[in-house]
Amino acid sequence: MSGPRDQVLTAIRSALGRRVLPEQATAALDRRLAQPAANVVPARGRLPLAERIELFVSEAQRVNATTARLPDLQAVPGAVMAYLRQANLPAAVRAATDPLLQAVPWSSEPLLQVAHGRAQGEDVVSVCAAFAGVAETGTLVLVSDAHNPVTLNFLPENHIVVLPTSRIVGAYEEAWQRLRGTLGHRRMPRAVNWITGPSRTADIEQTLLLGAHGPKQLHILLVDADTGR
Amino acid sequence: MDSTARLFPENAHRALEDRQLQSALARFGEGFPVKRRNAIDRLPEFEALRDAGKAIKEHTLEHLDYYLEQFETKVTEVGGRVHWCTDAEAARQKILEICRASGARTVTKAKSMIGEEIGINEFLEHHSVKPVETDLGEYIIQLRHEPPSHIIVPAVHLSKEQVADAFRAAHPQFPSDRVLEEPRVMLDEAREVLRREFLSADVGITGANMLVAETGSIILVTNEGNADLTQTLPRVQIVIASIEKVVPTLEDATTILRLLARSATGQELSVYTTFTTGPKRPEDLDGPEEYHVLLLDNGRTSMLGNEFKEMLRCIRCGACINHCPVYAAVGGHAYGWVYSGPMGAVLIPNLIGVGEAGHLPNASTLCGRCEEVCPMRIPLPRMLRQLREKQFEAKLSPKPIRWGLWGWAFLARRPALYKLAMRVGVGTLGAIGRRRGRFRSLPMASGWTQARDLPSPQGPTFQQLWSARGGRRQ
Repeated sequence: MSGPRDQVLTAIRSALGRRVLPEQATAALDRRLAQPAANVVPARGRLPLAERIELFVSEAQRVNATTARLPDLQAVPGAVMAYLRQANLPAAVRAATDPLLQAVPWSSEPLLQVAHGRAQGEDVVSVCAAFAGVAETGTLVLVSDAHNPVTLNFLPENHIVVLPTSRIVGAYEEAWQRLRGTLGHRRMPRAVNWITGPSRTADIEQTLLLGAHGPKQLHILLVDADTGR
Repeated sequence: MDSTARLFPENAHRALEDRQLQSALARFGEGFPVKRRNAIDRLPEFEALRDAGKAIKEHTLEHLDYYLEQFETKVTEVGGRVHWCTDAEAARQKILEICRASGARTVTKAKSMIGEEIGINEFLEHHSVKPVETDLGEYIIQLRHEPPSHIIVPAVHLSKEQVADAFRAAHPQFPSDRVLEEPRVMLDEAREVLRREFLSADVGITGANMLVAETGSIILVTNEGNADLTQTLPRVQIVIASIEKVVPTLEDATTILRLLARSATGQELSVYTTFTTGPKRPEDLDGPEEYHVLLLDNGRTSMLGNEFKEMLRCIRCGACINHCPVYAAVGGHAYGWVYSGPMGAVLIPNLIGVGEAGHLPNASTLCGRCEEVCPMRIPLPRMLRQLREKQFEAKLSPKPIRWGLWGWAFLARRPALYKLAMRVGVGTLGAIGRRRGRFRSLPMASGWTQARDLPSPQGPTFQQLWSARGGRRQ
């Protein structure tokens, strides 16, 4: 007796009125997978850098994210403290150890406690590094690895994300190309998170509310020079 | 889930008389259609994206075996396991087996229409595993032991008072005299209750909006972030997806994502779009240790081989539902199963049989709005007509309809007789109704005249006018 795998595949082939695909056909499909091509990329995803940054900011704000523009990574600790102060939050964050954030001089804010590791249920604020920003919808792209646990993106109520403006691409497709450049073709980290604004729901009488299960606030720190110096 | 689709006429009557439901449907109204329109107006490439999306799905369905095998290979490469399931029972058994092997007692769930389709919640409960829905709307209807009334807004049929009642009954840990009037307060209560479930669950079950053959990734789209907590915190993750969800590449998925949220809620993109590929990597700090994907057929391969193949392009955005005048009048529960609206009226008879769900294709005015807004350009009205034909051929439609159609066909095939019958019929009605100019009731058409008057025919028939004006037959 054949197993369910064979049953499903056989049923597919008989519905399509054919047998297993011949080798030439699969070779063409293999190529399609090995060299993924973009389909339709909207014009608003193909802007020069300055306009791209502007579009990213306005799209992110449309979906209730807040943004601040900083000259360099030196300014990050101060901007984080400013955020905590205006939100009346304790001076403690849990930060990813992404190389970008390792270049942040946290000690310049001696009152700020910075913990690392995956998020715990009680964490209130996280600081993460974006792999890319996508201008067309103001979307952040975050990628999981040993330095960037996914829980930081979802458990704390306040999500602060550092995004060097040089990482703002026009369209999602460019972010995929950059990721392939880092990891190689046909490979992905465990999680790639596209984040467009803070979490929300409208499940009760279509009333839009921010802060469903994920963060209530998404604050993006745009950094123009992404070196520590 | 058990179906009451066979009772559609009764369900619809009850829905029309349900005041609370009618006010919920009125509140739902044109909100999504207006937002969709606005989002599309901001994206001039939308029509081109629809063509591209349709082409991607067509290509994938033609090579479905290849892409599923590629997907399986990639998932296995990163340490995940793929389980093929021919039907709902096989999927339920597999899920239970995985839950038992991991000693799971609590399972968090992120809204999955496939989960609804296979009735996984009742099944797990029956076997002493507690499923907890985490999408707010889905959580509310789980507390009320109801199916979703809309594929993307499952609790759209409820008022906030009904939600408050459900919370009071289900959350005895809070003071019984607490004020539960504002949606904000209810959301915060649900967030607190569910946060505990997220942190303690042993297994997380999610659906998938798409599967990517290129990388073995599954895509989940939510606004709340519940799917992400479901697939990050528990030790074991189970993904249930039907086989038509696969697309070739990340670029192909991206094209469809540009269509999905705009068509569904009118957002440019949902808040969270997550691409998950296998279990926690050795160096990762979080993520599930075990990762299972169930690939479910459950009727899809039959559709692949028949005239409803194009329905397999559906990306479950709900645009057809949001634009359907019948759905707007009766809501989702009247359809009697987990899907509703035009997509439900096509899908349900295909999945559970024309005998059970033959009424549903008749629940349409064939106005064509659904096809106009479908991002995948699925010819829903054509399919509804084909299902009506099937119902007629199987002699499942009610006798008055069959006889009426038979009588019509008899006349329509005999032009001379037709002409005569029209002349007599129109002349008689015209003569009787001349004084008032309309009929308030007509024998055998009381259903029609109950809510409106029929204008009485005036003057000659169409054919008479046509020949008087020198019109010719082609």
